[in-house]
Amino acid sequence: MEQLLDRIIAGFEAADIEKRKDGQVFFTVPKPKVLPLINHLKMFEGFRNLILMTAVDWIEDNQFQITYLLNNPDTKTDLGIRTFIGRDGEGMDSIHELWGHAATFQREMKEMFGIGFPGSPRVDEPFLLEGWDDIPPMRREFDTKKYSEETYFPRPGRETHDPATYMKQKLYPND
Amino acid sequence: MPEDNVKYPAEDQSLSPVNRKRVVIGPEGEDILVDPLRDYYCTARPEPELPRQGIIEKFMNWARAESLWVLGFGTGCGSIEIPPLLSPRYDAYRFGVAMRPTPRQSSVIIISGYLSVKTLKRVIRSYEQMQNPKFVIALGSCTINGGMYWDSYNTINRLDHYIPVDVYIAGCMPRPEAILAGFNKLKQRIKEGRGEGANDYIKNLDWYKANQKKIIKDWNMPDYNW
Repeated sequence: MEQLLDRIIAGFEAADIEKRKDGQVFFTVPKPKVLPLINHLKMFEGFRNLILMTAVDWIEDNQFQITYLLNNPDTKTDLGIRTFIGRDGEGMDSIHELWGHAATFQREMKEMFGIGFPGSPRVDEPFLLEGWDDIPPMRREFDTKKYSEETYFPRPGRETHDPATYMKQKLYPND
Repeated sequence: MPEDNVKYPAEDQSLSPVNRKRVVIGPEGEDILVDPLRDYYCTARPEPELPRQGIIEKFMNWARAESLWVLGFGTGCGSIEIPPLLSPRYDAYRFGVAMRPTPRQSSVIIISGYLSVKTLKRVIRSYEQMQNPKFVIALGSCTINGGMYWDSYNTINRLDHYIPVDVYIAGCMPRPEAILAGFNKLKQRIKEGRGEGANDYIKNLDWYKANQKKIIKDWNMPDYNW
């Protein structure tokens, strides 16, 4: 594991190395190095299983984080590869030619975040949201409560409490 | 059919040849327009089926109430509460409740939990294909006011804006005992002659369709699925 990490740091500019537990390491690589790194890991290091790929919206930094989770079944090790891309229409390279099921993850990320994956099969077809015509709902500028109230006929009389203030009033009414 | 008898209009080249709209030359030399995707479209409006009078209606309501055939359709987490209902411990069969595999054979549809827009489209198709009289049981708080998904971008809040509901069973999730109580309530309602949801749906069809079309943006089915 240590030798593998040394090779990755030397060859692919990996940074922010974070060992979560035995055999599970997360690190960040720059965007142009992602595809060569994944190719290398699959071909030469035995990471032949893509567990998942997912995205996180860091709206404060104006970027998306994409995480690839790879697994080596022989040595029972997991690698989490993080990369950051711009939020405004910047796409990511597709890895559907390495793993066919990556196309489904990419299709979901295209629908939920609007991240483009050029060349990925059926990436523009609706996945969960049929006929969606708003901005992608997992982007953090999308106000899901407002959308729901405008669209889905909320039943009047619903009372909601912020848990912190509600418990404070209940436990310390005199403060 | 021989290939030289067929002319394809230019606009639907994306469909496979068997599904394309086309003009076929008939045996007399006349042109016949064939549109396979519209073969089973029926655009007729449904008519309400008014209840009969007096003792006949009472007898039929008794018969309907004692034999409820439930469509095996699960939408949310509540569908996991249905299989124990049929197990020996709760044994819904003794109340005359049986599960059926298709909408055409069933008289009750259980909406078991949260309903996403994509599923609502399938629910409408299934509900409209069921034979009269038909009843709806809404399970869980998600169908009442949205439940814990009340501010979600993709789940509906109030089921009764889209299909008429006979019985609500509150809870998150209701236990099988609560569902049995709901079935008994539904039987009582039917015996009192109040199980007229299907006719209400048809009388207020425009309102229901407006609500449904407001959230189903890619409406690609007939207005009423016969």
